[in-house]
Amino acid sequence: MKRQLPLAIIFVMGVFTLVTNFIPAKPVADVNQMFRNWYLGIITFFTFLGTINLAKVNADRAKERSRDWQYSIILLAALATQLFLGFYKWSPDALREGSPFMYVYFNLQFPLESTMYSLLAFFMTSASFRAFRARNKEALLLLLAAVIVMLGRVPIGSSIWDGFPKVTEWLMTYPNAAAKRGIMIGIDLGLISMALRMILGIERSYMQ
Amino acid sequence: MRFEGSSGFGGKRSAAILAAVLVLGLAVAGARAESVSGVSDQTADQPAVAIAPAVISSIADTPHDGGTSLDITWQISPTEATNPGTVIEYKIMRADSPAGEFAEVGSVPATTAAFSDGSTLPGRQYWYRVDALSLTASATSEVIGPGVSIMQWYNGRHAVLALVIFICASILIYISVARRRKGKVFVRRIPALDAVDEAIGRATEMGKSVLYIAGGLDIDDPQTVASMNILSRVAEKIATYGTRLLMPCCRAMQMSMARETVKESYMRVGKPDDYKEDDIRYLTDDQFGFVAGVDGIMMRERPAANFYLGAFYAESLIFAETGFSTGAIQIAGTAMIDQLPFFVAACDYTLIGEELYAAGASLSQDPVQLGTIKGQDVAKALFVALIVAGVVLSLAGIETFNNLFLLH
Repeated sequence: MKRQLPLAIIFVMGVFTLVTNFIPAKPVADVNQMFRNWYLGIITFFTFLGTINLAKVNADRAKERSRDWQYSIILLAALATQLFLGFYKWSPDALREGSPFMYVYFNLQFPLESTMYSLLAFFMTSASFRAFRARNKEALLLLLAAVIVMLGRVPIGSSIWDGFPKVTEWLMTYPNAAAKRGIMIGIDLGLISMALRMILGIERSYMQ
Repeated sequence: MRFEGSSGFGGKRSAAILAAVLVLGLAVAGARAESVSGVSDQTADQPAVAIAPAVISSIADTPHDGGTSLDITWQISPTEATNPGTVIEYKIMRADSPAGEFAEVGSVPATTAAFSDGSTLPGRQYWYRVDALSLTASATSEVIGPGVSIMQWYNGRHAVLALVIFICASILIYISVARRRKGKVFVRRIPALDAVDEAIGRATEMGKSVLYIAGGLDIDDPQTVASMNILSRVAEKIATYGTRLLMPCCRAMQMSMARETVKESYMRVGKPDDYKEDDIRYLTDDQFGFVAGVDGIMMRERPAANFYLGAFYAESLIFAETGFSTGAIQIAGTAMIDQLPFFVAACDYTLIGEELYAAGASLSQDPVQLGTIKGQDVAKALFVALIVAGVVLSLAGIETFNNLFLLH
């Protein structure tokens, strides 16, 4: 029963979701929406679970004086501060512009996130440097395509030769789009195959 | 020593030039503002020129829907037909009775002569009128109705339904074939999966941990589910070798599912006591906060093998490059097409698209699961045939076949 019940639920829900793609009738759509709302409710509950887990893991680390335990203290302090700023009754509410909660968000969290995102520019350069080494015929083709696309996308490219933007456009519209669509068809078929394995209870590594 | 504002000019001279530029700028801005205000006054002073109303041609139920939409078509205002640009938009107004109060349900720009009102209730009667608007006037069409939207139980996508049935049937047939011929299903080897043992073995030999990231989305995303299937097999090997698994999660539900999956794997190999719940932990839902947390773990713990399997966005390359800098062997897999090149460039092995979904079955080596991959290949052959047929017929000027697969 411990195994059969989850499998039965997965089967019923899987078949129902598949069928709703072809049945537009309102009663069916309403039931589908109801399930989605349940999911949202569950997700909200899990937000609390995540926060509790984060606090517990870091409190344990600080208590046991594990390596770099000082970071856990900073994290717990930040968590407590933001919780206080978020829950305290600010006039009119904590999410208004200029409130202490939003001040911390816009002046601390937002710049920190932007800093992390900006790292991408440097990582892209280092990854491209390795990827574009012409070690074999395929890598040489990749290098040539990359050079053409890069020159086609910057003003200096068309100054050197006005054909660069046109060749770039052709590369992106035909070979690139064709390859992407081929991968997408494969992805969708793989997805159907995996979904069937789960609906039929063939793939159940997560519950054996 | 004192810094001057600019070289070559004295302070007083610079200030005079700045003041002159400012005065000139203000004068130009004032003139422009006057000119704009003149135009606006002129528009306001324009006499209202009457325009002819649009004529509603039909109100019909939107086919193959749940009874929540009506299609309204009309003939554009004759004024617009003879003098393009006069009418700027059409407002679609709806009421529950011909004499009822009309409320706007939408608007479309000039030259458009159709609108779908997607806010109707099945079986209820509605009356419509279309208001043509120019800059200075409006013209109301006759009220037409009643229009009734009807609920349908089938959305009419015959070709898509046929394709789904074919794909499911081919997979089911191969499952049945695989059940009959146990152990004789051949599926090509995936290099990234062959490297799983090597990666975990390397981590074990070096006495370091294995890092597993299941992507940035929750368990309602199929890629995360596929990642959990792979995690189950990977955790089995990790438990067998006695290596440490580190798994930071960016969704609490993902963490919960990962814990259950890994716990089951440890129990399967008979080492439930080695399972450490706190090694699978929640970091944050925030995308770049999660990136910072994972990068910190990579730099501090220096895991010898990194797995990135699931749905990734901009964080993919940051993870992969940080992992590369720590010297870890890296195995990635995603169905996010735009992130695949980053993983291919920065990781040692990459599961491309469908391979991510097939990986769980392939790692299990279960003939029945492998059978589903064979069935999937049959469906792929059908797609190739359909594409070739579509191209040939399209080149011959026959579009009927391609139109069968249009979703809208």
